[in-house]
Amino acid sequence: MASSKLVPLADAVDRFVPDGSSVAAGLCLEAMIPFAAGREIMRQGRRGLTLIGPISDILFDQLIGAGCVARVQAAWVGNVITGSGYNFRRAVESDALVVEDHSNLSMAMALKAGAMGLPFMPMRSALGSDLFSTNPGLRRIACPFTGETLAAVAAIVPDVALIHVQRADVYGNSHAWGCLGVMRDAGLASRHVLLTAEEIVPTELISRDPNRVVVPGLRVSAVSHVPWGAHPAPVPGHYNRDHQAFLDYRDQSRSPEVFARWRKRWVDGVAQPEDYLGLLGEERMRALRLQHRGFSEPVDYGY
Amino acid sequence: MPAYNASELMICAAAREIADGEVVFVGMRLPLLGFLLAKATHAPRAVGVYELGVVRAETAPAPILTMGDLPNLHRAAWLADTADVMGLLQSGRVDVSFIGGAQVDRFGNLNTTRVVGAGGAATRLPGSGGACDLACLARRHVIIMAHEQRRFVPQVDYITSPGYGTGPGWREREGLPRGGPASVITTLAVFRFDPAICEMEVASIHPGVSIGELRSKTGWPLRISSTIIETPAPSAAELAMIARFDPKRFWTGAAG
Repeated sequence: MASSKLVPLADAVDRFVPDGSSVAAGLCLEAMIPFAAGREIMRQGRRGLTLIGPISDILFDQLIGAGCVARVQAAWVGNVITGSGYNFRRAVESDALVVEDHSNLSMAMALKAGAMGLPFMPMRSALGSDLFSTNPGLRRIACPFTGETLAAVAAIVPDVALIHVQRADVYGNSHAWGCLGVMRDAGLASRHVLLTAEEIVPTELISRDPNRVVVPGLRVSAVSHVPWGAHPAPVPGHYNRDHQAFLDYRDQSRSPEVFARWRKRWVDGVAQPEDYLGLLGEERMRALRLQHRGFSEPVDYGY
Repeated sequence: MPAYNASELMICAAAREIADGEVVFVGMRLPLLGFLLAKATHAPRAVGVYELGVVRAETAPAPILTMGDLPNLHRAAWLADTADVMGLLQSGRVDVSFIGGAQVDRFGNLNTTRVVGAGGAATRLPGSGGACDLACLARRHVIIMAHEQRRFVPQVDYITSPGYGTGPGWREREGLPRGGPASVITTLAVFRFDPAICEMEVASIHPGVSIGELRSKTGWPLRISSTIIETPAPSAAELAMIARFDPKRFWTGAAG
């Protein structure tokens, strides 16, 4: 019988995200971003992390502002709805951060190669761009069959992937739905997977619909129960995107001083997940909850 | 004539770049609204592919600010992984894509990564996202951006999203399978590319804008099409539809 992997988020981060780790996160692009796990990394004062992800929205900017990050491998770092990420800009412009520039496709291929146990994947993108000059993981190659020019993308194998899902059992079996981005390959590529879940459910509820399992439980190292764990990003089936939080963050990150205030209030001031919900407030949470339900039909896995 | 602002004019110009039945890789901000406008007017059979993996032929049931808003997922045609939507693009199944930029040159090379100021100090921008892929792999792409002299430069500081490189034959030599910029929609004009030299030229100029202003805000000797026209102003019906898709004027407000 498998043993439970359910642990408090603080324990999971303490054990699986040590200083200097390479951490994949923000793998569904705009949705299901593991913001609660990010706050825990900031609270524990991690240093020297490498962040890996396609766009990350403001998660990477927060971790960079908190001084946790030495290197970023990403296609885009900023605030999706407002543009620039100010902590990211400050860190790059003061040479405090190394950036390896990807495109969304090159990031997907790097993680695909990691997931497949291959050294690289080919693609037709980025040829002619300057991404080759700021990403040592991109090379021009000739196709061995046709001779045509392709771009080779070096595999990325993160130490840990932070993945937020709708529901999981205590063994790390989980369901996720919505826009999943590169979650599947990132989970398979990473040495460890740290899940945060809106709900912890019985195993039977997961195994009744195995097509909805994105990362198999056997690749998961820890599961934590964190309702609203992706806020302010949206989670299909649970809550909408909190646009106001992203707009506010633009102003709350314009200078190191205002960012320190944001961090004190929204990170250091909320040691427990339930403290965060208290700070958010019931009225705000009610406004973000789904107004219209849209259930799918059950499917038959009978025999 | 109804009152309108530059954002609304650019949305209408973006919509006109979409033909009915085309597969469109929809960008953020103004192109998001341009696609919805095209769907509601002349291109009802256009299919939208959203970068984060949404494919939908029907307009979302509620207004959206970003493509990841949950109404955009509701009854979508397909929710796909990044590799899958990028596979559509890479295999040549996307007719047109839209990208924005901070800096562009005459050959349509676009920079959203790093801008070097007059004093040599570099400003870091967010980066490619999917823009590089869209510029490399769509059958054609459309650039949308503000028209300022610091943005329309002789040479971009970094090629994030390739245009025609240094001119004719460059894309083929680099190994790019197809495509290239078809047009550039700015706050002042719409440019198209002369296929013989791969350089952009003014195809239409927005109402109230002079050639002199265009020249003064463009960092290279401007080429003007012999068939230049005035960009059509938005109609009352188009403005009403844009207002329906952006009811709080988030993207079409004065700052838009």
